[in-house]
Amino acid sequence: MEYVIEMLNITKTFGDLKANDNITLQVKKGEIHALLGENGAGKSTLMNVLFGLYQPDSGEIRVKGKPVKITDPNVANDLGIGMVHQHFMLVDTFTVTENIILGMEPVKRGTIDIKDAAKEIEKLSKTYGLDVDPYAYISDISVGMQQRVEILKTLYRGADILIFDEPTAVLTPQEIDELLEIMQRLIKEGKSIILITHKLKEIMQAADRVTVIRRGKGIKTLNVSETNPDELASLMVGRDVHFEIDKKPAEPKDVVLKIENLVVKDYRGVDKVKGLNLSVRRGEILGIAGVDGNGQSELVEAITGLRHVESGKIYLNGEDITNKKPREITETGIGHIPQDRQKHGLVLPYTVAENLILQTYYQKPYSKMGILNFKSIKENAHKIIEKYDVRTQSELSTAGSLSGGNQQKVIIGREIERDPDLLIAAQPTRGLDVGAIEFIHKQLVEQRDKGKAVLLVSFELDEVMSVSDRIAVIFDGQIIGIVDPKETNEQELGLLMAGQIKEPIYESDKTPEREGE
Amino acid sequence: MSKNLNRIIIPVLSVILGLIVGAIIMLVSGYNPIQGYSQLWNGIFGDVYVIGESVRQITPYIFAGLAFAFAIKTGLFNIGVEGQLVVGWFVSVYVGAAFQLPPGIHLIVALLAGGLAGALWAFIPGLLKAKLGVNEVVVTIMMNYTALHVTNALVRAWVGKDVSDKVHETASLRIPAWEEATMYSRMHAGIIIALIAVIVIWYLLRNTTIGYELKAVGLNRDAAQYAGMNVERNIVLAMVISGFLAGLGGSMEGLGTFEYVSTKSGLTGIGFDGIAVSILGANHPIGIIFGAVLFGALKYGALSMPNPPAKIPEQMISIIIAIIVFFAASPYIFPWLKEKFTRKKGGN
Repeated sequence: MEYVIEMLNITKTFGDLKANDNITLQVKKGEIHALLGENGAGKSTLMNVLFGLYQPDSGEIRVKGKPVKITDPNVANDLGIGMVHQHFMLVDTFTVTENIILGMEPVKRGTIDIKDAAKEIEKLSKTYGLDVDPYAYISDISVGMQQRVEILKTLYRGADILIFDEPTAVLTPQEIDELLEIMQRLIKEGKSIILITHKLKEIMQAADRVTVIRRGKGIKTLNVSETNPDELASLMVGRDVHFEIDKKPAEPKDVVLKIENLVVKDYRGVDKVKGLNLSVRRGEILGIAGVDGNGQSELVEAITGLRHVESGKIYLNGEDITNKKPREITETGIGHIPQDRQKHGLVLPYTVAENLILQTYYQKPYSKMGILNFKSIKENAHKIIEKYDVRTQSELSTAGSLSGGNQQKVIIGREIERDPDLLIAAQPTRGLDVGAIEFIHKQLVEQRDKGKAVLLVSFELDEVMSVSDRIAVIFDGQIIGIVDPKETNEQELGLLMAGQIKEPIYESDKTPEREGE
Repeated sequence: MSKNLNRIIIPVLSVILGLIVGAIIMLVSGYNPIQGYSQLWNGIFGDVYVIGESVRQITPYIFAGLAFAFAIKTGLFNIGVEGQLVVGWFVSVYVGAAFQLPPGIHLIVALLAGGLAGALWAFIPGLLKAKLGVNEVVVTIMMNYTALHVTNALVRAWVGKDVSDKVHETASLRIPAWEEATMYSRMHAGIIIALIAVIVIWYLLRNTTIGYELKAVGLNRDAAQYAGMNVERNIVLAMVISGFLAGLGGSMEGLGTFEYVSTKSGLTGIGFDGIAVSILGANHPIGIIFGAVLFGALKYGALSMPNPPAKIPEQMISIIIAIIVFFAASPYIFPWLKEKFTRKKGGN
């Protein structure tokens, strides 16, 4: 059997931590090989070893049968290994061609030869069906297109082994399908692909073989045709996982959040929310589906007081909270799990205990007359750490030292324990592994069952469909449809998310409510 | 644990390394380092007079270091400690000399006036940063020179010459008993105020909701805003407290060491040295005492090095201090460089 990449018995330790413990990964020529594992399982470390960013403590790497030492990324490039990063490395104000040649600009008589480069890029683009305009500016093209530019970048540099790092995280369902097609075409043209992901569906759909790693150890390599998502999930987590969210039908009661004709601008002063109407009731989870950038962030920031409302009204339990200060809104009864947990949700250098009082530090019992009460702060931390199973050495560890899933548990524990009437969860499971996702979804449903209103904003269709009781699709700053998750499917939602309205749908709950109720 | 240990080990190692490298430089330049260091030692601890003078030198360094460290802890880079100190010096002397007040009260009023002057000088860059996002480094650097020339002009306008009157005894920090005990050194009560300030700031940052807010705003503005804190007010407050400490540092010189204010041809340098003191003290209030002691003692002790038999120019101590600071700052430099490089590589 011919392997293009063989990583044999790779071990890499950081201090006491064995990030990779005797892992073997063998990629056949012309296959899509998925690398599956939870966050912190050691996927990134393994790929960084392959890409020359880390040197393994022991083990051997062979490329096309030959033992190699990959001392830095340039060596990896020369060996034909290319990486399509999760976070794109592109200059917004440059054209596609300028971005692709960046760092290895072809020079003709002392000037950069853009024309020949553009021609070559166009040729590559045609060969692989990428359909990229070499002269378009990055800022003008969609996220899906930008990703193709990243792919072209590796191809232009002569890569024939492509590593895709969580490539579908930012794409719409349609774009995901297109990407998977592109991958098939790359394989047909003789490339080999390593696909790093934690999405089982994509593996089932696209990959030929899959290597599962868990806690730094290589667990198993399987043929995708001979396995199923349940088996993969339990291999990855080390126990059985429930995909189906166990929940009773919703029993929606009175309206908690009501939004009328809301208009919000983004930081550049461009309207991002354009006359949006929405209401969320007690005892239901309303999911907002949509492609990133259609006004979701601005909507959530406006509700929580972090962004100025241009016009329109926001009511919480009938009380007008439009343009109130974040602290007043928090005290009125909104819990907010922010989209970017490290930017907004946590002060990373603060301890877990300190982060758990981020909105309540000035209240009793955490402080009296401006003096912090470390005893209550510690008790609060112990309570939440235990109840929400936060894996941390102690309450005095910094939030920055926790894994993403545990950071999120800190935030969720903090927000739920404040007992808000409305819980806003923006991308609550982004970047988390199956076990943590399961936990978080359970928490959201539990809040609903307790009679709270839950507003879930997510770019993951699966999540919106499985957790929500109603789905509102946001497009271009407006809710363009409200659908029942039991009666819809991905195709319909995908079309709505792309702005193609099947039939005009308005707020489905036009029950007579009056302002101020 | 290891982090706390590092905070102690790194400065100590830096001092040892600094002295070793200093010795090598002395040897290469044809001086005798053993003679040099023994004269330095005697210049700091040799008799009660030099001990008293060393303590006097240490006092404003504690304030300058504390002012800078406080700003760093709250996410600001207050390069303007120098200017705030100069303004505080002038105003406290003015209040001390131009007014007649009862003993005790006069000193407190003069000290507060010095602190408030520094606070006001820091309020301007704080407000500009909070409201308009203007970088505080640029504004405070410019305001250092503004402070120098404004106070010079005010001194001339006030007394019509280059040296002011002495402050009244009621506003002086001097303690005759201490002076007698230290063979008439200029050691004054400021050191006690400085140590109290260290404890107050330490407590403020560690145990109060104000400290909790100030640090949160400094560490992560977005999260602070999310948590409902008033980010703008906290930035201004952080600058004002830092400036107040710097202003008090000026009062130490104005009401203690000199008891007058004179026009200056250049800045004092104490405020800038405060940055080094803060780094040596790992930006921790208690560490500041260590940094200030080291700095003040070395600076004062160096004055004895040019005497025979060593005959080492006192500038040698500037080299040694620079080396110590270099090593002490390296723990910040190395991880930073490392991160920069790995990120760059990852970007390929």
